[in-house]
Amino acid sequence: MAINPLPPGAGTAIGIDGLIALLAKLPGLGPRSARRAVLQLIKKRESLMQPLARALAEVADSIRICSTCGNVDVQDPCAICRDPKRDAGLICVVEDVSDLWALDRAGLFRGRYHVLGGTLSALDGIGPDDLNIGPLVDRVRKGDIREVILALNATVDGQTTAHYITDRLGALNVDVTALAHGLPVGGELDYLDDGTLAAAMKARRKF
Amino acid sequence: MEWTEPSLILSAGRHGEHHAIVDLLTASRGRWRGLVRGGKGRRLSGILQPGNEVEAHWRARLESQLGAATIELRQGRAGALLGEPRRLSALVSVCATLAACLPEREAHPAVYEAATAFFDLLSDETMESVDWGPALVRLEVGLLADLGYGLDLKACAATGVLDDLVYVSPKSGRAVSAKAGKPYHDRLLPLPAFLTGQQTGPITAKAVSDGLFLTGFFLERLVRESHARPLPQERQRLLQAFKDEGTA
Repeated sequence: MAINPLPPGAGTAIGIDGLIALLAKLPGLGPRSARRAVLQLIKKRESLMQPLARALAEVADSIRICSTCGNVDVQDPCAICRDPKRDAGLICVVEDVSDLWALDRAGLFRGRYHVLGGTLSALDGIGPDDLNIGPLVDRVRKGDIREVILALNATVDGQTTAHYITDRLGALNVDVTALAHGLPVGGELDYLDDGTLAAAMKARRKF
Repeated sequence: MEWTEPSLILSAGRHGEHHAIVDLLTASRGRWRGLVRGGKGRRLSGILQPGNEVEAHWRARLESQLGAATIELRQGRAGALLGEPRRLSALVSVCATLAACLPEREAHPAVYEAATAFFDLLSDETMESVDWGPALVRLEVGLLADLGYGLDLKACAATGVLDDLVYVSPKSGRAVSAKAGKPYHDRLLPLPAFLTGQQTGPITAKAVSDGLFLTGFFLERLVRESHARPLPQERQRLLQAFKDEGTA
């Protein structure tokens, strides 16, 4: 049975209350901020609301999950996987699409990506079969990949996943590297937690 | 109702965008959950990692409620282990096993003490896996005993002899000597000598993997009978790593 997202009494037609209820489901928005957003949309009906509605409908129709890397785009393969200027020998493994966007926004990496769709979690019962790890191994086995960069969160689950992937790729002829852990730019030692300090001390290098 | 107590973090699941529901292990109250506001934020997410020792302050209007917890770090252990695959695997395995096996709000001070001591051992860089591996097995043997599934490893269940104990009966959890167990050796579980005090030489990775296999068998039975969560896959991977090292 389909779930009606509208508030009780709103029937099935999406009125203003329905729109507020839908927007309030988005991250960062509660009912009050959703109401403010809807008021703003109503005020700018032609310049904002209608283009937004068209864009939403268009993207909803055309959105695809890239069958190569797991990124979201309107085409499959995605723009990153199709870009001939990117180094196809480098794969950066990330947990989620938001991490891919964050890395690509920084413009520091000109290779390709692979989105896992989460991390291994012993407590949530998320195992390797629930993640996009098998396709990564196939990709490395098939392609001309020189290096796999594990850009996973510096958490217990993130690093457990990184070690697991390293094991799986161990038999293949590829360099596996990981992002460094330690002092953030602008970080003051006095304010850092023990874990970050320990990781930074372990990863110290010749200066 | 409220309390403040040193606690170990077993897990911290996301609740909404910024908050976390944390699963704590305390000495006098056992496993206890609570909502940590901002637990998934930048300031607290590093603290709410499994294995970290914190000072937890829990409060709720009624004892039966989930309640809210505030957390202050006492000793961070997870950060130092992130780059150590085998140790990290052991940390995750212990936290998830305790979360799966221990009932909520039932005190198990011995398990808390053993887990804290094990995490300290795990954080000691001078210790090799064959040093902390037996401690992990003993921790799980203690957990089984505390939950009423204790193994009886003092004497042979069939003959009563006190030495040469090399098997455990999967049915009774009692030790069996090499001689008495010989006809049934394929149906009995291996008993490493370090669990009976009959260890003579150094402890090997094979002995640790035998120990983990033994405790895993009875822990599986425990979680099956108490309808708890299954044992974590990470535990199986850790067991396999010891097995591979033992056969290499």
